[in-house]
Amino acid sequence: MSAEAPPVKARGLVKRYKEVLAVDHVDLNVHEGDVYGFLGPNGAGKTTTLRMALGLIMPTEGTVELFGEDPIRAGARALEGVAGFVEAPRFYPYLSARKNLELLAALDGRDARSRIDEVLEVVELSPRAEHRVGGFSHGMRQRLGIASALLRRPRLLILDEPATGLDPAGMRDMRLLIRRLAEDGITVLLSSHQLPEVQELCDRVAIVDSGRVVYEGALAELRRQGGAGYRLRTTDDARALGVARAQPGIEHAGAGEHGLSFQAGEPEVAELSLALARAGVGILALTPELATLEDLFFRLTESDGASGAAASRARGEGPIGLAGQTHVTSTPTAVKIG
Amino acid sequence: MSSAVAASPPAGTPALARPRRPSTATVWRWELRKLVSQKRTYLGIGLAAILPLIFVVVQNVHQHQGQGHGGENVFFSEITQSGLATPVLMLLFMSVFMLPLIAALVAGDIVANEDGNGTLKTILTRSVDRGQVIAAKALAAITYAVIAVYVSAVVATAAGVASWGFKSITTFSGTVVPAPKGLLLVFAANACYLIPLLSVTCIGVLLSTATRNSAASVVGTLGVVILLLIVAQIPGLEGIRPYLLTEQFENWHGLLRTPTDWAPIAHSAWVCALYAVPALFAAYLVFLRRDVAGG
Repeated sequence: MSAEAPPVKARGLVKRYKEVLAVDHVDLNVHEGDVYGFLGPNGAGKTTTLRMALGLIMPTEGTVELFGEDPIRAGARALEGVAGFVEAPRFYPYLSARKNLELLAALDGRDARSRIDEVLEVVELSPRAEHRVGGFSHGMRQRLGIASALLRRPRLLILDEPATGLDPAGMRDMRLLIRRLAEDGITVLLSSHQLPEVQELCDRVAIVDSGRVVYEGALAELRRQGGAGYRLRTTDDARALGVARAQPGIEHAGAGEHGLSFQAGEPEVAELSLALARAGVGILALTPELATLEDLFFRLTESDGASGAAASRARGEGPIGLAGQTHVTSTPTAVKIG
Repeated sequence: MSSAVAASPPAGTPALARPRRPSTATVWRWELRKLVSQKRTYLGIGLAAILPLIFVVVQNVHQHQGQGHGGENVFFSEITQSGLATPVLMLLFMSVFMLPLIAALVAGDIVANEDGNGTLKTILTRSVDRGQVIAAKALAAITYAVIAVYVSAVVATAAGVASWGFKSITTFSGTVVPAPKGLLLVFAANACYLIPLLSVTCIGVLLSTATRNSAASVVGTLGVVILLLIVAQIPGLEGIRPYLLTEQFENWHGLLRTPTDWAPIAHSAWVCALYAVPALFAAYLVFLRRDVAGG
């Protein structure tokens, strides 16, 4: 394990099951300290990619490295400092929660066994520690899955839909726990269908569709480029609209029921505010309106998403799905925006 | 997982130092603990224990009704003369089908069950290599087969001795050996029988790894045994009989002759190795390269 190597680096990952191409040349770059969201519709290839990352299934092509080690070649050595689960965490139903953790601690070595009480406390399963896992609810198993991951003192935590099947309170607690872990310096790779969860927790994302990465990068950048708009209310909207339309860099300026709307970069917005002042128009409110992750997700993955992406790549042109000002740089393996 | 508790430090301290990884012996011990915790484990052990008891009870009833004992084997006539005849006869009865079935119950299930339940991926994302896991599973299945054979032997010996006494016993050669030596021979005979049984176990582990289906693996292992038994009966194939795994089930007879005939034991050792080693190696290779996506 190299201290300098990134937590996850995947290059050209392909997984083919006979005629089905489950993962199609996926590149991933998870950096130290990231809370990295891995998004995509059902069947997009997220879980298959995570399985390859954990060395559970062999890639048809490509490589994946965890802290510089290939889990296929290096085996368990590549998983040092890595923990998590794909799909629902699975345990031995005929053993108690504590016995399950003792087993996993034995397979971890080190001081893992001494941490069992601590991790049970973290996930609030101490009162049920001696109960058989066979009688646990889905939510309790998810929490036990987190506990089993924490036993390993991970530097990288890979979680596949950790909030699936949890009630609202459980989902909130799971989010709080993940945030807390991230604050403690753990890099988190989070696969999720819960877009608000990803929006709240993640700083970088990869969006996959039909086995391909259609976006990878900072979430803020995606949202900014996916439709960074502004809403403006002034003392004189009609005059303000004229000023805005005359101002270079201001696009799609228009008037509506709740004031003006336009799209622009931050320097152009600053220039506009000065121009309005010079024109004697007072600004009552200037509000940035970023596209939600949900908007962007559907733009990237629905309708012409995959085929559009493929077509764009084939033509070597952008943009795909996102709003007009988004630029797409095509590579053989991924489409990047920005 | 309340926010208050969740907010407590989870101790995700980076650990850059290369940690000491668990040994295969540790993985093996946990495989045994898993076996001990499952009801199905006791089904096989129970069968191994109860059949000698049924045998002894039935023979006692026959004895009180004044009925004689049939059978061509020398030990049939010994049943009521020495308690040590019971474990020999039980080994004779159970060696062809029952003990292979008991061994297959665990060997055929030990990988496939975990694959189906999804727990294989749980243990393969810890600090143990795939080679360690398959080695530990094979060792656990072998341990179980050894325990089943000796449970049967101990119960048969105890029940036989309780019914008919700890007396000298007559071997296949007609030589009478004193009870302590007879007891030693009984347990050595069971050890010899383990040679082909462990080959059956290895075949079970291979099928469990390759098919990912517990029932298919258990039935398949027994199917191999039955197939070889049938092949042994086909006229014209006498030449291959000495090399059939099922023919080695009788290797222990050499121990109960005077002088001891080691030839069938030595022969069975290398013949069984021809079955066991490729099966285990194939199981290892399949397990090393397989996709684990079950559960």
